[in-house]
Amino acid sequence: MREFGYRRVLDVSGAVALLDADPDARFLGGGTNLVDLMKTGVERPARLVDIRELPLDRIESAPDGGLRIGATVTNSDLAAHPEVRRRYPALAQAVLAGASGQLRNMATVGGNLLQRTRCGYFADVTKPCNKRVPGSGCPAIGGDHRNHAILGASDHCVATHPSDMGVALTAFDAVVSYETAAGPGELPLTDLYLPVGDTPHRETALPPGALITGVTLPPAPVAAHSRYRKVRERASYAFAIGSVAAALDVRDGVVRDARLAFGAVASRPWRATRAEALLAGAPADAATFAAAADAELAAARPLPDNAYKGTLMRNLVVAVLTELAKEAGR
Amino acid sequence: MTPPTSSAITLHINGEKRTLPVDHRTTLLDALREKLDLTGTKKGCDQGQCGACTVLLDGRRTVSCLQLAVAAEGREITTIEGMAEGDRLHPVQQAFLDLDGYQCGYCTPGQICSAVAVIEEHAAGWPSAVTDDVRPEAGPPPLTPEEIRERMSGNLCRCGAYVSIVEAVARAAAGRTTAESAGHPTVEAAGRTAVEAAGRATAAKAGEAAA
Repeated sequence: MREFGYRRVLDVSGAVALLDADPDARFLGGGTNLVDLMKTGVERPARLVDIRELPLDRIESAPDGGLRIGATVTNSDLAAHPEVRRRYPALAQAVLAGASGQLRNMATVGGNLLQRTRCGYFADVTKPCNKRVPGSGCPAIGGDHRNHAILGASDHCVATHPSDMGVALTAFDAVVSYETAAGPGELPLTDLYLPVGDTPHRETALPPGALITGVTLPPAPVAAHSRYRKVRERASYAFAIGSVAAALDVRDGVVRDARLAFGAVASRPWRATRAEALLAGAPADAATFAAAADAELAAARPLPDNAYKGTLMRNLVVAVLTELAKEAGR
Repeated sequence: MTPPTSSAITLHINGEKRTLPVDHRTTLLDALREKLDLTGTKKGCDQGQCGACTVLLDGRRTVSCLQLAVAAEGREITTIEGMAEGDRLHPVQQAFLDLDGYQCGYCTPGQICSAVAVIEEHAAGWPSAVTDDVRPEAGPPPLTPEEIRERMSGNLCRCGAYVSIVEAVARAAAGRTTAESAGHPTVEAAGRTAVEAAGRATAAKAGEAAA
């Protein structure tokens, strides 16, 4: 590991000033991803700015029914929070489906959104990778891509975003707040991640040196009837091979409102807007749910070894929406 | 200017203060084992995947292999060496002994640290990925074997002693260890652990939000 300087900061302005002064510095939150990547040499910062003691560890309930989640709130505290569990149960479920109890205690909301792909070629500095070394190539396309992207990928990169939390946040229209030395800014989570194209090394639309300070969830009554379901290769403590965050409001057998997002199929949490458009106003039955899934997955461009994900996601969408519709009927 | 790449730090470990110089690259795991002679905490994968290095940080279970020592300064660290009170084993340790919750023993310190925290997390009402209804109105789920397996999934045991581990955690959680009948403290009685403090912190935050 490269040697590095370390500074603990107590205020946001001090944190962003340090990053502004040193482009080779990185923010350290829980460290569950960054420290691991430093050990393997993927990340080689000259300085770490420890943000764990910034006053960003609160979850505040807005009177309008939304929530404001600080960037250094740990995954554990987010999933245990009564208002998260009550108003956005799929968010609590998504967080609980990720990692282990130990990692959820360390990991933070801001870090979760900015974590790097778990593509094996990205993690291995002896292999080419367009995301790690622009222009070096993508061995996953002709190699091991069983768990790679089927939506929104390119000929340059087929890596997926590994977050579970981000899938639920995407379904619920989360907005990311950040701070830079030049001032604050906001981005809808759906705009945080850049299209892959031929620049997979450019992952987010955040300005250089920006610090995510929090995530705002607007009020969404439909989110109270939501669910996250994750498919993985073992029963627990593994990344998704496909996941769905869904919310459904059904009245008299008709879908009034639907939210749908997919995980582990793209370089970012994937908001299924085509599916949502098809669901609104349609009968809440399996045929509608399958048609909605098909509409979203029509754009899928699978590789030889990950074509299973299309079937997986279709079945997952139908199963989760059917469950939610049943619950609505009770 | 190149920033300094090492610091003198003071760590609070098992109720003691220990001051030591560290290269910033040193993980808490390596500091414990190589610098402080606390070798109860084990190194398995060194990538945060096996749980052998689990310790409590401010009462919360943490993998010490991904925790930089310099970033642990000022926080309360509890390792397996800090679990017993003198010769009296922690109820979770006693349950592992009584029920053979191990074979080779290498993962055991991490399993026990994790289990101590699991019991407190459950007591604080935290749901898990196998909890059917996470809404607070549904109440805390019973600590079934399925719940224990999910909550302990961050601790691997290559000997495959899982059946006994689940039993040991269940027994310790129920306060029904053999040690109890011999006059040893139950989990509840030994509850003045830092772990409970973490539970209270969560409850306090929840209270703030509800207010």
